[in-house]
Amino acid sequence: MASKNGMKIAIVGGGLAGLAAAMKIAEAGHDVDLLSVVPVKRSHSVCAQGGINGAVNTKGEGDSPYKHFDDTVYGGDFLANQGPVKRMCDMAPAIIHLFDRMGVPFSRTKEGLLDFRRFGGTLHHRTAFAGASTGQQLLYALDEQVRRFESEGKVEKFEGWEMLSLVLDDHQVCRGLVAMNLQTLELKTFPADAVIMATGGPGLIWGKSTNSQVCTGSAVSACYQQGARYANGEFIQVHPTSIPGEDKLRLMSESARGEGGRVWVPKKQGDTRSPQSIPVEERWYFLEEKYPAYGNLVPRDIATREIFQVCLDGHGIGGDNQVYLDLTHIPAEELTRKLGAILEIYEMFVGDDPRYVPMKIFPGVHYSMGGMWVDSDQRTNIPGLLGAGECDYSIHGANRLGANSLLSCVYGGFVSAASAIEYAGGVERSTTEKNGIYDAELKKQQVINDRIIKNEGDENQYKIHEELGKIMTENVTVVRYNDRLKATDDKILELKERFHRLSINDSNLWATQAVPQARQLWNMLELARVITLGALNRDESRGAHYKPEFPDRNDEEWLKTTVAEFSDESPVFSYEDVDISGIEPRARDYSKGSSKKE
Amino acid sequence: MSESNGHLQKKMLSNPPETIKVRIKRRENLKSDQYTDTFEVPYRRNLNVISVLMHIRKNPNTTDGRDVTPPVWDMNCLEQVCGICTMVINGHVMQSCSALVDDLLLESGDNTISLEPMSKFPNVRDLKVDRTPMFDHLKKVHAWVELDGSHDLGAGPAMPQETQQERYAYSRCMTCGCCLEACPQYDGDNYIGPQAIAQVRLFNMHPTGEMNREDRLEALMDDDGIANCGNSQNCVQVCPMGLPLTRAIYETNREVTVHGLFGWLRK
Ligand SMILES: Cc1cc2nc3c(=O)[nH]c(=O)nc-3n(C[C@H](O)[C@H](O)[C@H](O)COP(=O)(O)OP(=O)(O)OC[C@H]3O[C@@H](n4cnc5c(N)ncnc54)[C@H](O)[C@@H]3O)c2cc1C
Ligand code: SF4
Ligand code: SF4
Ligand code: FES
Repeated sequence: MASKNGMKIAIVGGGLAGLAAAMKIAEAGHDVDLLSVVPVKRSHSVCAQGGINGAVNTKGEGDSPYKHFDDTVYGGDFLANQGPVKRMCDMAPAIIHLFDRMGVPFSRTKEGLLDFRRFGGTLHHRTAFAGASTGQQLLYALDEQVRRFESEGKVEKFEGWEMLSLVLDDHQVCRGLVAMNLQTLELKTFPADAVIMATGGPGLIWGKSTNSQVCTGSAVSACYQQGARYANGEFIQVHPTSIPGEDKLRLMSESARGEGGRVWVPKKQGDTRSPQSIPVEERWYFLEEKYPAYGNLVPRDIATREIFQVCLDGHGIGGDNQVYLDLTHIPAEELTRKLGAILEIYEMFVGDDPRYVPMKIFPGVHYSMGGMWVDSDQRTNIPGLLGAGECDYSIHGANRLGANSLLSCVYGGFVSAASAIEYAGGVERSTTEKNGIYDAELKKQQVINDRIIKNEGDENQYKIHEELGKIMTENVTVVRYNDRLKATDDKILELKERFHRLSINDSNLWATQAVPQARQLWNMLELARVITLGALNRDESRGAHYKPEFPDRNDEEWLKTTVAEFSDESPVFSYEDVDISGIEPRARDYSKGSSKKE
Repeated sequence: MSESNGHLQKKMLSNPPETIKVRIKRRENLKSDQYTDTFEVPYRRNLNVISVLMHIRKNPNTTDGRDVTPPVWDMNCLEQVCGICTMVINGHVMQSCSALVDDLLLESGDNTISLEPMSKFPNVRDLKVDRTPMFDHLKKVHAWVELDGSHDLGAGPAMPQETQQERYAYSRCMTCGCCLEACPQYDGDNYIGPQAIAQVRLFNMHPTGEMNREDRLEALMDDDGIANCGNSQNCVQVCPMGLPLTRAIYETNREVTVHGLFGWLRK
């Protein structure tokens, strides 16, 4: 099937952002190659539970896209460029209505209209939700629409293909990409007029996080190593409420607090009584006490730090790194109806029923505000390369508000689609210089594969990954100290050394996971340096980035976007002014009244 | 689960073993023969099968002292919502991320766990299978709403809470394949199976989706269609997302019958 002018756009990633872009491009009549490591319907976006924000204002609260804009910018501690945030909040109600038309079973009011819940960092009911599996439902809706275009021949899916590198011409213009078939290890070039990266977050760098296993950040790290800028890497959201596990940290959604969940610890340190037998007067509801207006619904960075600190001070349950998240005061039937799926997750993995027993939770790495640098049209600094979704840095500034990510993924997907079409329409295709660039890049990638396969050393990649995760979790999460950040970078350099002595231990190359995982590990190590050194450089505290040595936000010196560029020795950092044209920065204080100045 | 002093608490393994034995059915590639490797893994409380596999991947040595290739399996979300990690564990099809070792040992009463790939799909390697046919079924039954376009056309149709809740139940299907593995009638391409039928129900219940219900019903009238269901109800028992599959089959079958009788009138 020939598209309107023979234009071909490649999209890497089939989560919410990638599918949103694919739908728009196919609808405009152009051809799409859609690559994904896992079948797109199994992308990480299915994990999102809580909901998607949009100021539809159905509750008579006087909500508006402007207030949504203000909450997002304020919640992000003024580090986000405001232009795109404004556009996103304006578009949000239409995005929610679109998903409703596509058949998402959003929860309803008695009148049969969309229902909305309250999420962290706002005083309004602004979050549309489908039971407690909103991400799954939104992703499926887009998956269905894209399948429709696939059956019409407008989208070709390459599931089980991992993008390894970009194909750049002599002018550093992106002309396509190289990917690897995960069964055969065959490498193939995908020529394209524009490439959209929609590969999600990098949670696996911390070993255990709330992210899915494909969230390695490997693909954007590859782009970074080929010249794409990476922005605000040091801003990593640690979710206040996760369930510690052997293999991952499972999220307890913010909606548990949105529906009335209360966080507390026993007033008496080391109290060993069961939570139900501790009378209310002997419980310390520390968030409600410190933040009377927002209570348990303060933004994530604040809730995380408070929980972390309470445990550090020895007030955690039984002296451990755990606090209670309590829903037991709400009728079981109501909990089942509103939060069924997430409560099941807790029950499934911990065994206790949270309708009757308070949950035990602790903060866990969750989301990267940082990502590929993009302009207000989702274009990276490499012509022909765009970014959308969690893998780009726009929108969330220094801290993301709950239920704003699904929205930013769809928004970014839509905007990147339009920009990619516009760019591809004007692209010069028949340059002779292009000859050879595809073969050259393919060979380069084959050499890397061959080296990994042949290498016979004494190092085990899973052990290296474990060590990376451990040191990143200890030093590059909630509380950051410069000496420890420096030590972390030294450790990463050591791990990079050891990587060269790796042996993949798999003599059967058919469908082996050892080769792709080794490649991902290298890319994670490169990206870990960007994150760690970005944190080391930023001597202030802002949003999710907190340094006790520099406890205050410092707008004079640091109201700036961090931009990292690759060089062979170390990332090179520069700093860019932030667009604050809409809302003047003000101090961020959730302990009093409303977030508004009015 | 047992009820005690007003709340539900999990049954615990009273006498946990030091180590567990893990027997894995393996295969080098699509065409080679199956064989078994056995591994020993230190026991810890609250392990799931994925953690056990991760341990083996890091230390791929069998109980009979051989260094072998690390076993291959699929995983992603690790919270039973992406469906990718499905396999047959101690003879039952389920997700390996939500299969807890304590529960498995409690149930079997010994300290061995057996892992096998699903048998109804091409076995790529070890525990990894290819479920492409399930996605093809979704194409065949037009499992989508025909939008006029994704531009802003205002709000969607109002819908009663009951309809929304029933649709939500069907919409939770994660294409894991448990139902097909358990269905005595499903064997590759002879029968489209309960997963696709439930999706027909999902879209036929939507006010806009309903406008194309006939395309979906026709798709279920082919040789591999809904008539192949033998009503054994295995599917509904194994579905991890609790889809009311037999209800979907019953109601869709009724729609198909009515459509078969009167469909020609509308042509
Ligand atoms: C547990 C949890 C709950 C959450 N809840 C909410 C919520 O309630 N509300 C909210 O707004 N946000 C929530 N979030 C955040 C949100 O889910 C994510 O930020 C969002 O889904 C990211 O979507 P994405 O499209 O950017 O990427 P993803 O959904 O992660 O998709 C990435 C895609 O890229 C592909 N890919 C990756 N690398 C490659 C490669 N090299 N080659 C080819 N393909 C590749 C993958 O296969 C996948 O298809 C939650 C996150 C978590 C972890
Ligand atoms: S009820 Fe029908 S679909 Fe379900 S298992 Fe039995 S034969 Fe298969
Ligand atoms: S219907 Fe249930 S068992 Fe079948 S594929 Fe869907 S989720 Fe899995
Ligand atoms: S890994 Fe997603 S269902 Fe098990």
